[in-house]
Amino acid sequence: MSIGSEARANETVLLKQSRREEWALLGLASPAILTVLIVMVLPVGWLFYLSFLADDGSFSLEHYNRMLESKAYGRIFMTTFEVSFLTTGLCILIGYPLAYFLSQLSPRMAALCMLTVLLPFWTSLLVRTYAWLVLLQRKGLINSWAIDLGLWDEPLKLVHNLNGTLIGMVHIMLPFLVLPLYGSMKAISADYLKASSNLGAGPSQTFWNIFFPLSLPGLFAGALIVFVLCLGFFVTPAVLGGGKVIMVSMQITSNIELFFNWGAASALGVVLLVITLAILLAASRLLKLDNVLGGGH
Amino acid sequence: MNWLNRPASETQITHGQRLWLYILATVIMILLVAPTVIVIPMSFSASQYLEFPPREWSLRWYEHYLNSPEWIQATWTSLKAGFFTMCVATPIGTAAAYGLFVTKHPLSRMFYVLLITPIMIPVILIAIAAFYVFVQIRMVNSMFGLVIAHSILALPLVLIVISAALKSFDMNLEMAARSLGASRFTAFMDVTLPQIRFSVLTAALLSFLTSFDEVIVAMFVSGGDNSTLTRNMFNALRDQIDPTIASISTIMIVISSSLLILTQLFRKSRD
Repeated sequence: MSIGSEARANETVLLKQSRREEWALLGLASPAILTVLIVMVLPVGWLFYLSFLADDGSFSLEHYNRMLESKAYGRIFMTTFEVSFLTTGLCILIGYPLAYFLSQLSPRMAALCMLTVLLPFWTSLLVRTYAWLVLLQRKGLINSWAIDLGLWDEPLKLVHNLNGTLIGMVHIMLPFLVLPLYGSMKAISADYLKASSNLGAGPSQTFWNIFFPLSLPGLFAGALIVFVLCLGFFVTPAVLGGGKVIMVSMQITSNIELFFNWGAASALGVVLLVITLAILLAASRLLKLDNVLGGGH
Repeated sequence: MNWLNRPASETQITHGQRLWLYILATVIMILLVAPTVIVIPMSFSASQYLEFPPREWSLRWYEHYLNSPEWIQATWTSLKAGFFTMCVATPIGTAAAYGLFVTKHPLSRMFYVLLITPIMIPVILIAIAAFYVFVQIRMVNSMFGLVIAHSILALPLVLIVISAALKSFDMNLEMAARSLGASRFTAFMDVTLPQIRFSVLTAALLSFLTSFDEVIVAMFVSGGDNSTLTRNMFNALRDQIDPTIASISTIMIVISSSLLILTQLFRKSRD
């Protein structure tokens, strides 16, 4: 046997081994993948199928048609988008200065101040929603303090409406904006800023021409996460909206709990899912989501 | 007031010029923490109504909570669900993160995205989909169903935390162990796992909290003797603002902030 053919034989064995190992490594992920497939993907597929069935079991688009024709459903989608846009906008306005402030601190101070962002992040969403309900209600803390201080005479209606919902949702969503934004701000090299001021730019010029554009990917990523999470929100609008702010997920729940109408609920769910995935897909084309979600190599 | 005139960054802006930013950020940070913290003193009020500060202090609402069999049972359910979710999601999530990180298989990218989707799509969809299937196979209100549904929600977090840890881990160390004769499994257990152990613990705590704090899935797939604490709280909130909820909230705040402090300690010891 020549040396060449022996080497080739070795090569095939090695190739086979490495291929087997690739599959074995992929196999490590199989319990997780199977669980997600069985408990999420297949059932959601089933709902997709249900959404095309009429009450008598025949194939129809009636649930989708009703969604297009009914004014009530139109209003629910409008409300969902309105609340999500407003929450995202307010989170950007409040979160950007906070993330900027945190990015300028020494590591020790930043870690300390970061706790104020992480504590609400770790506290139950329900507990925070409850806290706002307590603070904002008619005889709540904010009304009674404001009246004592003479800011307003009559108790204001701060909760059980859009205002209350927005206050609660901005509070809950803020960490989702601040954390990725802070990460991208920390990644901006100080050399660029030094170079800019070395060339004669003032502090605000350096900020707007150098720092701000470089922080935009983090801002977009954070805003995207906030917006997408808002679309599916349920607990906060249900508790703080007082029945006046009805979002898609709340309608899905009442379709099932009150009317046992799986077809209508599934159709709403499918539309919500398609909108969410479309936004995520469009955004992942525009910016690298990997950096946010920590995937890949 | 020397500090005010000192430059605050490379751009020579002074702390004085930035004072407005410091004040604004402080106000925002107070607003982030205050609403949660203010519930704690209110829960010690003796009054029927929530007051701050309470005119009279008492443990009345804690007694009310401890003497209520429904609340206690719900608390146990939540603790059990959280514990089991942690036991399911952490190992299978860690194994998946490791496998997908090391392999160069073209499918790994797709699998990673699949495993991350549960935190990106609306929870209500996962809730009703699981509910629909559990109804068919008579698994509604069972602990097993609740745990498996919660595990799906926890998996993405485990994956993100462990993948980030593996990225900063030097894979050559594992290679060295294997070239010295260790199998891949031994090399992982003896070399890699000890290096990423704090991230694994963080992932475990996150999975526990994901389940413990979860409302929407629990609303659909838990019930009867297996109602979770959050499910009962949510139902109670829709009826009235009972001060008992304030005492339960306080307990939940204590649990989550002590877990947060634990993870911060993990980070310290890693650095």
